[in-house]
Amino acid sequence: MAKFIVPLVLFLLMGVFLYVGLQRDPRYVPSPLIGKSAPEFTLPSLQDPSYTVASTELAGRPWVLNVWGTWCSGCRQEHGVLLEIARQNAVPLVGLNWKDEDDAAKKWLRDLGNPYAVVAVDREGRTAVDWGVYGAPETFLIGPDGTVLYKHIAPMTMEVWRTEFLPRIEAPHSKSGSST
Amino acid sequence: MMRTIHAMLAMLLLAVPALAPAIDTERAFDDPVLQQRYENINRELRCLVCQNQTIADSNAGLASDLRREVRELIAAGKTDDEIREFMIERYGDFVLYRPRMTAQNLLLWAAPILLLVFGVIAALRVIRRRAAEADDESVETEADST
Repeated sequence: MAKFIVPLVLFLLMGVFLYVGLQRDPRYVPSPLIGKSAPEFTLPSLQDPSYTVASTELAGRPWVLNVWGTWCSGCRQEHGVLLEIARQNAVPLVGLNWKDEDDAAKKWLRDLGNPYAVVAVDREGRTAVDWGVYGAPETFLIGPDGTVLYKHIAPMTMEVWRTEFLPRIEAPHSKSGSST
Repeated sequence: MMRTIHAMLAMLLLAVPALAPAIDTERAFDDPVLQQRYENINRELRCLVCQNQTIADSNAGLASDLRREVRELIAAGKTDDEIREFMIERYGDFVLYRPRMTAQNLLLWAAPILLLVFGVIAALRVIRRRAAEADDESVETEADST
């Protein structure tokens, strides 16, 4: 009997590892930026290219950076949620229009509504590389001191907004993390 | 049976990706040394939107952006390690196809050695037990013969 215990325990242990492995989403890559200061950017505004959007000007209060593009289907999916979040007016929602056409982006905002306080244009994707963006939509929460508190990869939902973003906005620094 | 196996092997061969040329239409550098470095680094960096490809063989927008960053960093005189560090700061260790040893994956790196040690211990125990059993048997057979 004792002969079987060691292999059985090893087998069960392996089973647990494999089972846990199956639950994990390989498309989700944790951001190394969480807890670090947000990369700075100075980019032209979508609505008025003569005006520049500087990340440093946003310091002093929490803000949200949403990376989107008109070519991104997940962005269309989350757009209603962003409008709802904008209505709540808890934090400024900054859009990062990633590798997109200005005209298409403006039309998108006219047709679907504009949830953003301001939209920064990153046509070449350099700012997105600095932020470790790999697939839109991605949504970052930045604290008043300029640290990245949270990153959500995938379309935004009210559920994620309530459970992950709002608690960190109300009590920033209490916890930080990241999820899909 | 053999024919099936041969057919399956042949299909496996088809699945081996062709040794594709670099996805860039133009060389990044005139200097062959720099070009070689550029290609080597690209082959070690994961394209995160197309996770099983390197940025050298993906034509995704993100991959070409990352190749541009690599090209500019090389042109700016950065070393290969500095370029890797640049990518890790932004995308995490997952961007590397050749993982580094970190506290988190230490167990994984140590696993082959640990398994070998366990295997040797297990083998020794089995050998000793067999030897002991064989001794017992030989004692028994000696007893029988007398």
